[in-house]
Amino acid sequence: MKRSPVDTEKSARGITRRGLFLGGLQVSFAALLVGRMRFMQVDQTEEYRTLAEENRIKFQLIPPARGMIHDRNGKLIAGNEQNYRIVLVREDAGDPAKVLDRLRKIVWIEDEEVERILSEMKRRSSFVPVTVADRVPWEDVAEVAINAPVLPGITPEVGLSRIYPRASDFAHVVGYVGPVSDYDLGKLEDPDPLLQIPRFQIGKSGVEAKLELSLRGSAGTREVEVNAVGREMRELGREEGQPGDNIQLTVDADLQAYVQARMAGESAAAVVMDTQTGDILAIGSTPSFDPNKFVRGISGSDYKALLDDPYRPLAAKPAQGTYPPGSTFKMVTALAALEEGVIGVGETVKCYGHLEVHKRRFHCWKRAGHGKVDLVKSLRESCDVYYYDIAQRVGIEKISAMARRLGLGDRHDLPLSAVAEGLVPDKAWKRNTRGSDWVIGDSLNAGIGQGFVLASPLQLAVMTARIATGQAISPRVVRAINGVEQPILNDGPLGIGQDNLQYIRQGMYEVVNAKRGTGGRSKIVAEGLRMAGKTGTSQVRNITKAERARGVTRNEDLPWNRRDHALFVCYAPAEAPRYAVSVVVEHGGGGSTAAAPIARDILLQTVYEGEPPLEAYPSSQRGTIRSRQREIEEMLSRPPAERFADRSDQA
Amino acid sequence: MSYLEYNVKYVPTGLRKVLYVNWFLVLLLTAVASMGFLMLYSVAGGSMEPWASAQMKRFALGMTLMFAIAMVPIWFWRNMAGLGYVLSLILLILVEFVGATGMGAQRWIDLGFIRLQPSELSKITLVMILAAYYDWLDIKKVSRPFWVLLPIVLILLPTALVLKQPDLGTSILLLMGGGAVMFLAGVSLWYFGVVIAAAIGLVTSVFMSRGTDWQLLKDYQYRRIDTFLDPSSDPLGAGYHITQSKIALGSGGWTGRGFMQGTQSRLNFLPEKQTDFIFTTLAEELGFLGGVSLLALYVLILAFCVASALQNKDRFSSLLTLGVAITFFLFFAVNMSMVMGLAPVVGVPLPLVSYGGSAMLVLLVGFGLVQSAHVHRARQKR
Repeated sequence: MKRSPVDTEKSARGITRRGLFLGGLQVSFAALLVGRMRFMQVDQTEEYRTLAEENRIKFQLIPPARGMIHDRNGKLIAGNEQNYRIVLVREDAGDPAKVLDRLRKIVWIEDEEVERILSEMKRRSSFVPVTVADRVPWEDVAEVAINAPVLPGITPEVGLSRIYPRASDFAHVVGYVGPVSDYDLGKLEDPDPLLQIPRFQIGKSGVEAKLELSLRGSAGTREVEVNAVGREMRELGREEGQPGDNIQLTVDADLQAYVQARMAGESAAAVVMDTQTGDILAIGSTPSFDPNKFVRGISGSDYKALLDDPYRPLAAKPAQGTYPPGSTFKMVTALAALEEGVIGVGETVKCYGHLEVHKRRFHCWKRAGHGKVDLVKSLRESCDVYYYDIAQRVGIEKISAMARRLGLGDRHDLPLSAVAEGLVPDKAWKRNTRGSDWVIGDSLNAGIGQGFVLASPLQLAVMTARIATGQAISPRVVRAINGVEQPILNDGPLGIGQDNLQYIRQGMYEVVNAKRGTGGRSKIVAEGLRMAGKTGTSQVRNITKAERARGVTRNEDLPWNRRDHALFVCYAPAEAPRYAVSVVVEHGGGGSTAAAPIARDILLQTVYEGEPPLEAYPSSQRGTIRSRQREIEEMLSRPPAERFADRSDQA
Repeated sequence: MSYLEYNVKYVPTGLRKVLYVNWFLVLLLTAVASMGFLMLYSVAGGSMEPWASAQMKRFALGMTLMFAIAMVPIWFWRNMAGLGYVLSLILLILVEFVGATGMGAQRWIDLGFIRLQPSELSKITLVMILAAYYDWLDIKKVSRPFWVLLPIVLILLPTALVLKQPDLGTSILLLMGGGAVMFLAGVSLWYFGVVIAAAIGLVTSVFMSRGTDWQLLKDYQYRRIDTFLDPSSDPLGAGYHITQSKIALGSGGWTGRGFMQGTQSRLNFLPEKQTDFIFTTLAEELGFLGGVSLLALYVLILAFCVASALQNKDRFSSLLTLGVAITFFLFFAVNMSMVMGLAPVVGVPLPLVSYGGSAMLVLLVGFGLVQSAHVHRARQKR
């Protein structure tokens, strides 16, 4: 509008005043911003720089290569193989379900797996790679790589995974590895950060579990720059970790394979021990299972089949299984009695087939009785009455002390899973655990290795080795860690009279080599390789008076799980003991028929470091032996994973 | 001032006008825009694409527009003020129906060659209409209630429409920009006292209404306020932006981490790094010195506008010039306060630097008007 000059001047003055005021306000605000910037950028630079570095730099662990496990001759038992897996990153895939559908035309993925993958992907951030297929064959990986353009977000990765080339042979010794579970983490006070890596595998049983810390190694670290969504942009630094220790076992892989094959079809355990060094050369347990299946993730049905099998394939019978040692315990009773002087070597006891103590009858396995029995004959013919008599005289405390001295009731500290202590009973034990006093009948039963006494095949092998050498030798399973030889555990002489030991050895020699010896059918005829041993047959049921009256039911007529355990312990050569062997065949019937032949075959296989010549066997048996050798040869010629694939007919 | 008076004094005409364009302001604007190109080049990882080259084209277009506007006499623009205001209101209503959605708000209309944000346009048209209004109004009536109410309605109309989009940042800018023009025009300080008191009451009721049926703001706006008051309360959620922004800024130090060396922006920790948060990249890479340089350029631009306005005896011209200056100031003041954690995160770009067409074009149009006022100022004949 038209304005008078006065108004114009007035307007201009007003605007100038207020304009300068606002301008001043703006400049002050700008000064405030400068001040704030100075405070943040100059005074607080360090804090913010640190925060920025924390933002962008992430430390990642490099999983170390797990230590390998070899046998005593350097043959591989547990190693690492390259394993191709396929991972999917959601944000790159766009529509993961669609990409998976396409991927499934190349790589086999189960329907239920697809659901699991999709749900896992939803839970995690969109840039986290999710494994969609593990252990993919190389051909499939190649095909995936070729089809990469239509498979967005899919990348093949390579990693190391555990492999057990000997399959089921070492399942109970070496065990297996598996992914870390919450339970595993819960057990540890300060878990290694490595364990947090998804799918990181640790030992779950056996040597793998017991020597986990040596085998695992230590993690390396990678310093990487990541962007806001956590994607790796570049590597800033790298520090390599320490691979796990390599472990060499004392076990001979070929002998172990033989032992497993020889006992196939039975529920049995065998231990071969070097009497000089304590080295466990073989520690067999049948039936077994393929640990590779556990590493790869065993299917529910396969696992159930293993659990439901009455032969208990998952149990490591040689160290974990305990059995009444039966007559193989008689050496212990005899040594206790000899050492205490309650009986002389030539002194005899009369066996009428039973012994009556406090109006209770204790039966000898031979109803008719053995007549006059001295020490050597008592072992040779395994007379029970003789042992009832001396057990009663020497008392349980002396017997159990001798048992412990010979290595029974001792875990022997082996790096195996669930090593059993066994049971060497005494008066205090019974009072504490059973709440009742020790009665004389308990001593009698213990004297023949029945009743409360329990021992594992491993302990029986140690006992045999100690009797054979007179040395307090202890077993050893790990020969070397990273090339460092592990000590031989020998506590020196047992402190048992040499004469007394010699009488026992004489008795054991006659068990196999003399007329009427209970193990006579399993003798070795090769000169200089004579075997000494002791049979054992341990009851797993009570025989009632009524049954005894009408005649004890024969093992063959009983259901499998009611039959007696068959045991045999032995060593060879008799003159200069080198190897001790113990064999337990669960519910196998008699020790002489079921266990002793196995023990002899294993012993000969050990001595000859391979298949023994037929001449080592008595001529009358060579035909049968030959056909059995062929059978086992045929079995061993198959790849380890396929040897015992079908066991359903025996279950 | 009448047409007659213009004739008495000297007003440049024809091509001579070019000489009277303030080239220093052009230089300042170009310098600011160039810092923008540099930063857009940097945040793209050392590439002209996708932002820097597009921004340059827009700047060229904006500068052309500015010169075109500057050549047209200022009284023409005064006559256009009412039309412009109505047009921007229509566009604001239109955007409600045909607008595209961006960041949860109805904000732009796609005209094919440009995505027009009517809310940006209304910042200038509001200043224009208010300047024209006070130029027309008898100075004696300025503080009379009715004549005070009228401009308040003029301000509230676009503010309400923008708030409905919803775009809190722009509506605050409109409100404050409009209020500033009223203040400059000489409206009695009592009114401002009342308004400030009312504002305090409003803020209180905004907070009181939260969670009730008559809640005044959207939930996300409340969350932004919460985050502003305590960014650490939600460091990975809504507070993430402000936390990362402060880290970037603070880690710059005196001279910054070096051009294209900012880890926060390069590794995408910064949100909206090419638009609203571009200042953090600048401060991170060029440091305190870089940040202060930009701020100095801004203040020089303001100073020029104030100086030009004070020399100008034409009421419309000086109100318009100061109004544009205030709008420009509010842009960078709100944006910088936001990235430094002094104000809540509201979507306000850094003027001439942030990537975006509408804001840059509208600002350059505004400076075109300032230039026009400058060029067509009545001068003493020499």
